[in-house]
Amino acid sequence: MSNAQQNDHYVAPYDAGVSFDELPDSAPSSRYSPSWTGWLGISVVSFWVFIAILGPYIAPLGENDLPFPDDYSEFQMPRPGAWLGTDESDRDVLSRLMFGAGRTIGISFAATLLAYFIGVVMGIGAAISTPRVDMIVSRINDAFLSLPTIMLGLVVVAAVGSSIPVLIVTAGVIYATVVFRLARALGQEIMVMDFVEAARVRGEGRWWIITREIWPNAAMPLMTDFGLRLIYVILFISSLSFLGLGVQPPQADWGSMVRENLGALSYGASVIPVLAPALAIATLTVGINLIVDDISAHSGGKLSKRL
Amino acid sequence: MAKHSDDNDVIFEARELKINAVRDDGSELPIVKGVDFKVRRGEVVALIGESGSGKTTISLSALGYCKPGLKFAGGEARLLGQDVTKMSTEELRPVRGERVAYLAQSAAATFNPSILINEQVTEAPILHGTKTQAEADAKALSLYHALELPDPENIGTRYPHQVSGGQLQRLMAAMALCGEPDLLVLDEPTTALDVTTQIEVLKAFKKVIKEEGAAAIYVTHDLAVVAQVADHIVVLYNGEIKEAGPVETIINKSEHPYTKRLMGAIKPLPKAGLGEASNHAHMRDVPALEAKSVDAGYGRDAEGKPKTMVLRDVNVAIERGKTVGIIGESGCGKSTLARVFAGLLPPSDGHLKLDGESIAPDLRNRSREELRKVQFVYQMADTALNPRQRIKDIIGRPLEFYGGLTGAAKNKRLLELLEMVELPPPFAERYPHELSGGQKQRVNLARALAADPEVVLCDEVTSALDTIVGANVIELLKTLRRDTGVSFVFISHDLSTVASFADEIVVLYAGRVAEQGPTDKVLSPPYHPYTRLLISSVPEMRTGWLEDTIASKETITGMSGGVELTDTGCPFFARCPLAIEGTCDTQAPPRRVDGDNHVIECHRDIDELLGGG
Repeated sequence: MSNAQQNDHYVAPYDAGVSFDELPDSAPSSRYSPSWTGWLGISVVSFWVFIAILGPYIAPLGENDLPFPDDYSEFQMPRPGAWLGTDESDRDVLSRLMFGAGRTIGISFAATLLAYFIGVVMGIGAAISTPRVDMIVSRINDAFLSLPTIMLGLVVVAAVGSSIPVLIVTAGVIYATVVFRLARALGQEIMVMDFVEAARVRGEGRWWIITREIWPNAAMPLMTDFGLRLIYVILFISSLSFLGLGVQPPQADWGSMVRENLGALSYGASVIPVLAPALAIATLTVGINLIVDDISAHSGGKLSKRL
Repeated sequence: MAKHSDDNDVIFEARELKINAVRDDGSELPIVKGVDFKVRRGEVVALIGESGSGKTTISLSALGYCKPGLKFAGGEARLLGQDVTKMSTEELRPVRGERVAYLAQSAAATFNPSILINEQVTEAPILHGTKTQAEADAKALSLYHALELPDPENIGTRYPHQVSGGQLQRLMAAMALCGEPDLLVLDEPTTALDVTTQIEVLKAFKKVIKEEGAAAIYVTHDLAVVAQVADHIVVLYNGEIKEAGPVETIINKSEHPYTKRLMGAIKPLPKAGLGEASNHAHMRDVPALEAKSVDAGYGRDAEGKPKTMVLRDVNVAIERGKTVGIIGESGCGKSTLARVFAGLLPPSDGHLKLDGESIAPDLRNRSREELRKVQFVYQMADTALNPRQRIKDIIGRPLEFYGGLTGAAKNKRLLELLEMVELPPPFAERYPHELSGGQKQRVNLARALAADPEVVLCDEVTSALDTIVGANVIELLKTLRRDTGVSFVFISHDLSTVASFADEIVVLYAGRVAEQGPTDKVLSPPYHPYTRLLISSVPEMRTGWLEDTIASKETITGMSGGVELTDTGCPFFARCPLAIEGTCDTQAPPRRVDGDNHVIECHRDIDELLGGG
């Protein structure tokens, strides 16, 4: 390399003043592209969401229809007309599974949304309020948090009776406590950032600080957690149903299906009525987990760096 | 064994070393483009260059390590004859920690806060099985002595937060040296330290490297520091060696334009006559911002007074269009003073005046107009800009908020501001993480200027930046000051930077004003003893400066302690070579005026300060 070239190489940008001012810390952020585990999770979850929405329309039979009205034997093995066999009341397991999907996923989703609404509003509210208010709200929350979730759910449902709105509100309130802690921690972390202080020094109001400075930075980590929380709520709702306090018969949901058909295990007949809903719960939760893991693996470093 | 004695004492050698960055799409970008250099036993080789020059990447290759996203692309990095770039992690494990040790920039991040110091210092040789606990303890103790740590017998039984920053930096050296490595890699080990602390750390490093007979690779961007510790200098730019040679040759006789440019970025020594006269066109009778006998501190005791009083009786006036530099070591209350001005920390006593009118101490009680006039620029550009807002929104918000500008008018002003801070217009659409550190700091300044302020408070705005990038930001500030007539309060622990920029200097020590006045006056005798210490601690671009300085009287007494807040007497008493026992430690120092607004708070009178030292 000649001397002149060398000189051009580094003296020129210096003379050009600002254009020399080194490279950006990172390239413009790359879009999220799922890995194969991510794709696996996405396909499993989309499959179940599809079933949840369209299940009642594409199910071969009605929720409580009998595929073989003349044949009074329960827990039949799969055969044409009942591809997953029949349950303890001779109903079609496949159709009930498809009806139940909408109920399990729908209730859980609604409850998680409610938990997020309550938890985020209260959590960020606590983070920006005075230490005294924050302490009172947080201690009340801690008290709730210390109660075992399933016991609390049992007590509430036993007291007011089980219905879908009750289930949604119960699960929503119970899981709001966890969301509250997360939102408060995130809010506090962001509150002490210089850009929030800069907004306060500028004279911005509380509303601006919450909606423009804190929320956009808290949204991404909260959304990742939303998936995880949804899994817990699915398991919670299924557990309540399993205990007989969730979705009431004859309506189907995955948790209650497992309970209804528990007898199959001791009869030594077809175990599919128990396994199918259990497997549905397992694949859905694992699928959500795969997506969440993949997203956080993708944005993990950058996410924390931006905070 | 070895055929040539010459090869025998080469500890580390890079031969045609190439390192590439691997992009997301799999393509490779050369970062280090074929580098050759040798490190012999007992020798310190400095790798010098600005950020992005590949100096850290090259130094890490001595450990056989590449940062994630990088890979060795060719050549060799031979440590004691073995090419470490070809070794597996398993093979490298005994090499790292035994043969080569790494000292990172931040000691605070290196030490585990919940494990005793001694346990961490002796961990490596015990883990590698090269020493028993007793041997390692003995070695650690001798290193504590050699590094001149206070109370060497017991310092190991403390936790990292119980020692000062400079001590922790030296303890990190002890940690690296405890396994008696052949090669030490030091990555900017003094960059984050105050000048006075830097001297003691440099002195200890130099001594201990000599005594242990180790070789070292010293990575830094500071030529003046290199001049003190290195034997050889390798100047890097953009992954290539631009110049290499013995330290004397590079420092005194370098002809290479890039080396010269690095030298140009070195700030001149603080001395009288550097302050740039700013224009007087914006002058009015009253100062733009004034603090009158302000006391302030943190916490609150039963009587509503601060538990920890930081600032005591501070009087500072910022004249319109002038720049006031505030200087002192960490813990002296510089940032506290800025927070008082900004209204973030209401003073417990005294009051603030804006344009001659009293303003509320708490920003919540200030009007929007008052808030507009005082703007704050943060040290860390990274955290000062909301990562979820585009540059146009960040700069646009104050325009809208204070000026009520919207639509085309706002856009026009936005582009003017970008031009003012020398950023191209397309940057308006970017997010902060798509900008470099220097560019973010420019956005930060543009946001402050968008408010059309009277006073801009700059808190260590260049400290987190590279020397050359920092110098560019200072140039920008000078231009802005000339063009806008805004007053700047410039806070820094770096006396050279302040000296080149400020009209007036306020020297803070432990929350008290030690000395203040026009830059030329402060930087020429009579000095406050603390100012003298600060000035003498700034490294000079010559070899042998370190030895001369540590032999001087101010440095010997001045390095004996850290900044401590005191309730009675002069806080500098313990470190002052001119201290008067019985007076300085019991009575607050009187304010002595040397004419021309030059004030020194000291028990010694002006004549004594002129001659003493």
